[in-house]
Amino acid sequence: MEIDYCAELEKDVRFTEGLKACLQCGICCAICPAAEFYNYDPRTIVTTVQQGDNHQIEELLKSETIWYCGQCMSCKTRCPRGNTPGFVIQALRKLSQQYGFFTQSEKGRQQYAIKKTVGENVLNKGYCVHPDLVAYDMHPEQGPIWDWVQQNKEAVYERLGANLNKEGAGALRKIHEKNLDELAAIFEVTGGSRLYEIIEEESEKQAQRMQLGFSKTADNEYFNHVYTYNSNTHFES
Amino acid sequence: MKPIDSETKHTWNVYQKDIANDNFYYARSCIRQNFFPASEHMFLHILRNVLGKHVYDDPNHTTCTGIGYHSDIVPFETIQTVVARHFSLMTEAGLEDIAISCVTSFGIYTEILDTWHHFPEQLEQTREFLYKATKREFNLPKTIAHTSDIIYKFRHEIAEKSTYSLVNIETGNPLQAVEHIGCHYAKMFPNKGIGGAEFPQVLSGMIQAWGGNVVDYPERRHCCGFGFRNYLVQANRGYSISNTQKKLESMKPYNPDFILTNCPGCAMFIDKWQYTISEMEGKTYDAHGYGIPVLTYEELAGLVLGINPWDLGLQIHQIQCEQLLQKIGIPYDSTMKYTDSKGNALPKPNVPTYILQ
Repeated sequence: MEIDYCAELEKDVRFTEGLKACLQCGICCAICPAAEFYNYDPRTIVTTVQQGDNHQIEELLKSETIWYCGQCMSCKTRCPRGNTPGFVIQALRKLSQQYGFFTQSEKGRQQYAIKKTVGENVLNKGYCVHPDLVAYDMHPEQGPIWDWVQQNKEAVYERLGANLNKEGAGALRKIHEKNLDELAAIFEVTGGSRLYEIIEEESEKQAQRMQLGFSKTADNEYFNHVYTYNSNTHFES
Repeated sequence: MKPIDSETKHTWNVYQKDIANDNFYYARSCIRQNFFPASEHMFLHILRNVLGKHVYDDPNHTTCTGIGYHSDIVPFETIQTVVARHFSLMTEAGLEDIAISCVTSFGIYTEILDTWHHFPEQLEQTREFLYKATKREFNLPKTIAHTSDIIYKFRHEIAEKSTYSLVNIETGNPLQAVEHIGCHYAKMFPNKGIGGAEFPQVLSGMIQAWGGNVVDYPERRHCCGFGFRNYLVQANRGYSISNTQKKLESMKPYNPDFILTNCPGCAMFIDKWQYTISEMEGKTYDAHGYGIPVLTYEELAGLVLGINPWDLGLQIHQIQCEQLLQKIGIPYDSTMKYTDSKGNALPKPNVPTYILQ
């Protein structure tokens, strides 16, 4: 049976808040940082969704275009009708992952890299970002000062009043197991764990299609590909 | 002087907010703990020891998962419930006013409270999810403030206790500052930010209270370019650096002495991308090749209060602060810059190709 994507979108409160009625003025495109540097136009996404053509919405879910937005939400400030294209994008990305379409685009496939880094940090460490995991070779733009912080981690964080990987309060404290257990239980009950599973399952299938190595850890060929590959086709007019 | 008309008064009243006076539950930031740990340490120091306020720093607090949420790997239902757990911890601590260190988190808290206001069924569902997962219950906070709101609120008290002013000691003129407000501070919910999205006062108010001058620049409200997935994935970082470059090019003609930010990511990106641009293009954004220092509001407050710059963590910025310290007349000991907590020297960091140190 054909999926009714409009009905699915309507279930997401961000979608109902994000799209009231678009008058196609294009202010969202003028303010959008992604529209400036990508071949991207939030107005056309909103038009497609507003028209309600199920086939076109499915094409959108498989496309590159829904993955360009940086979610700065500047569009929310400026829209004269109170729409938020950024919220609409969030709802579309949710469906793209739910139905496994995200692996059909270069930018969508990157969800696997984000899940393997930020996603696993959240459940393993209790932080989205942690110095043990911001490796300098993956972040050369952080400059020699970050390399220095990494090389002298214990001493530098102690000098600056942090409590790196230790019990008690303070910056970068070790998050106690009971708190990690509560986070994991929340992910289980609310669908967060299921989304992680979908990203893994669909990415493994895609890795097979692309004939790239895949494993449970992030140290695999598919991860390296989606994390670094840029076809440089996203900027052409 | 012409009296302010009632319409104008009303407009500005909309963009004021209630900020508690005391007794805060502190919600830490993932990015700031990594890149600006001393700023969070200094927030607690200023609130507790300079202003005499009570702030609870809870070891049981975790990430809000906001970076995961805005890169779409964390569902809305999940982040609502994680935030509800934070409210439960706040309730358990007997507190009702929350001080949020991260602008991404602040945006998420405001979005979630707004959602619960307009969709009460989402609040009920979240209560059920949280109870099922953890047996926890929670009260809603009475006020939510970003920690920059709180420093803004007490900016005049900090000025009264200050040792230094944001004045160039050689010329006697106010320092020229540019500010950058994190997008999620007020662009989503303007009535939750001081001055709203168009004329936010939160940082400019601090600069002016401490003696500096705020310079307007064309791309003042443009995003720093974090863009969540556009930085997290290496292949996308061209988006991030391009947006920061747009801001830097826009502010360069005004020769700012420093950049003040209130967002963890913005502070880090505007600092670090200056390094990357210099390595890529040999270009720096000040007249002498040092780059423009980027400060957090706690770092700026700490400087005017006379706190040792190395206690503020300025040594772990890629753009060095000594030029700024000299302008203000703040003494510093270069031999103590790269040391551990006991004053023992650590090996020095490598030097960038172009940016002067």
